[in-house]
Amino acid sequence: MGFDDAYDALTDHDDDSRWAYGTGFTDPLAGVPADVPDGVSRADLATYALMLGDDALILSHRLQQWVTRAPELEDELALANIALDLLGQARLLLSRAAAVAGAGSEDTLAFGRSAGEFHHVRLVERADADFAQLVGRLLVFATWRLALLDRLTALRDPVLAAVAAKGVKEVTYHRDYAAQWVVRLGDGTAVSRERMAAAVSTLRPFLGELFVAGEVESRLGAGGVAVDPGEVLAECRAVFRQVLAAATLDPDGLDPGDGDPGDGDPGDGDPGGTGRDGGERADLVAILEEMQGFARSVPGGVW
Amino acid sequence: MTVFEQALARDQRIEPRDTIPDAYRATMIRQIAQHAHSEIIGMQPEGEWITRAPSLRRKAILLAKVQDEAGHGLYLYSAAETLGADRGDLTRRLIEGRQKYSSIFNYPTLTFADVGVIGWLVDGAAICNQVPLCRSSYGPYARAMIRICKEESFHQRQGYELLTTMMGGTAQQRAMVQDAVARWWWPSLMMFGPPDGASPNTAQSMAWKIKRHTNDELRQRFVDMTVPQASALGVTLPDPELRWNEARGQHDFGAPDWDELKRVISGDGPLNHQRLARRRQADADGAWVREAAAAHAARSSSGGTA
Repeated sequence: MGFDDAYDALTDHDDDSRWAYGTGFTDPLAGVPADVPDGVSRADLATYALMLGDDALILSHRLQQWVTRAPELEDELALANIALDLLGQARLLLSRAAAVAGAGSEDTLAFGRSAGEFHHVRLVERADADFAQLVGRLLVFATWRLALLDRLTALRDPVLAAVAAKGVKEVTYHRDYAAQWVVRLGDGTAVSRERMAAAVSTLRPFLGELFVAGEVESRLGAGGVAVDPGEVLAECRAVFRQVLAAATLDPDGLDPGDGDPGDGDPGDGDPGGTGRDGGERADLVAILEEMQGFARSVPGGVW
Repeated sequence: MTVFEQALARDQRIEPRDTIPDAYRATMIRQIAQHAHSEIIGMQPEGEWITRAPSLRRKAILLAKVQDEAGHGLYLYSAAETLGADRGDLTRRLIEGRQKYSSIFNYPTLTFADVGVIGWLVDGAAICNQVPLCRSSYGPYARAMIRICKEESFHQRQGYELLTTMMGGTAQQRAMVQDAVARWWWPSLMMFGPPDGASPNTAQSMAWKIKRHTNDELRQRFVDMTVPQASALGVTLPDPELRWNEARGQHDFGAPDWDELKRVISGDGPLNHQRLARRRQADADGAWVREAAAAHAARSSSGGTA
């Protein structure tokens, strides 16, 4: 390679090659019809898109908080990548919610809502105390979301199906990344084993909510637009057992039980209530202050 | 003439398999490591704005950019490893303050306009510094620089585009941009290093072809490139001496505060302590994770889970 080639290489104008890790400048929904399927409540569909979108948005925020703090450079790259994938899914889903509702945009929904108007599950909300909590939660979340998105690709809303089809590829990788780390930590040193086991036990109170359909999901499910989360329970349980067994941890450590939400007993560490209905919880309020504070301090700002 | 000297004289690249004089090897390791450290520490000033970015699109762009910087750090540490260095050892040297990183990253990012200005001015200055390094005599470094410069030029355009958008927004946004430009201008000029008269290693580095232009030449190029961009943007650069010199065909400009540069390089800048403390904390917090991975890998390769 001659020295002059270096300069030639700098002047190519293929924008794709300028990104090591793309953020997707091409519209992933190009050519996808945006109509609302017949007989489907717009309000319900908008809420459902927000549920799926907020799950991704809030967990992405928690992963963004790890940037510059990862245990190794390779993990900096991987975690930023996962956060970016989830942010991309959130943007498409919030945009769908705004379009279906006929008002607002991804940004008015992300930056304009208050805590009571968010619809994510409680699982995504709390901060990670350590890397074991990060990978434990990511394993649960990615396993659950992969199962949901996989089914969503075959359902009737063309936009949600297209977003799900894109997301399946991404979340498959997230699940793999998380599972590998759960195994390494569980079957690593005495310290890592203890931390991984402790992380698993902190997740248990958040599992019940993942597998119970709320009213919106039930109504939309009947119309072939939403996935019944109860349907993915068996698949998730099997994956959790497999990964925990490989990690030499208690294979039932992440057993969601029969899919009932927690019994609300604070003595069991049960968080009480669900996240889908929003609420002024301290963790969520803190996330929104961080996410929305600057945007709200610049009224009329264009970005 | 040695084989090494012949290769330099013919403008050929030095490769890891070649016989490399110790002084060249040590200098190259230091240069590449400091560049790698700068990428990693450089994630912090902008990284602080990812969770606070005012639109989801800007958040995605910023997250991708900071991820690119981690990627640059990774290629560069790999390039240093071709000279026999070890990434873990280089990281130790960084967090113990024994190796430097670019002084620019010791300044604070006060508003989201700083993200745009870092893209425009700091990445712009980095590109002026780094494009000639695509012709560095050390092959692995030169090749890494090609990809890095491509990505940096993309980041620079994104930064400038953010600023043009903000300048088209509210009066509050325009004031933020102007304020950020005023704060980052002089530190950006300092990125090219001390003036040529006070840069004792330049001659050896030029002879080794690991530096292709002097600090002052690169600084001049940056000023000449940036002035018309500032004017298109509608911001004022904070230098009363800045003017076009018809006779030279270049801009005249004032001297940065070289005492400030010395203070920041020697560890006394606004955020030196915080930047290194964050890196040190991440390293300490991650130690048990790396140990677990090593223990698991050792057990897996020995074929059992004893």
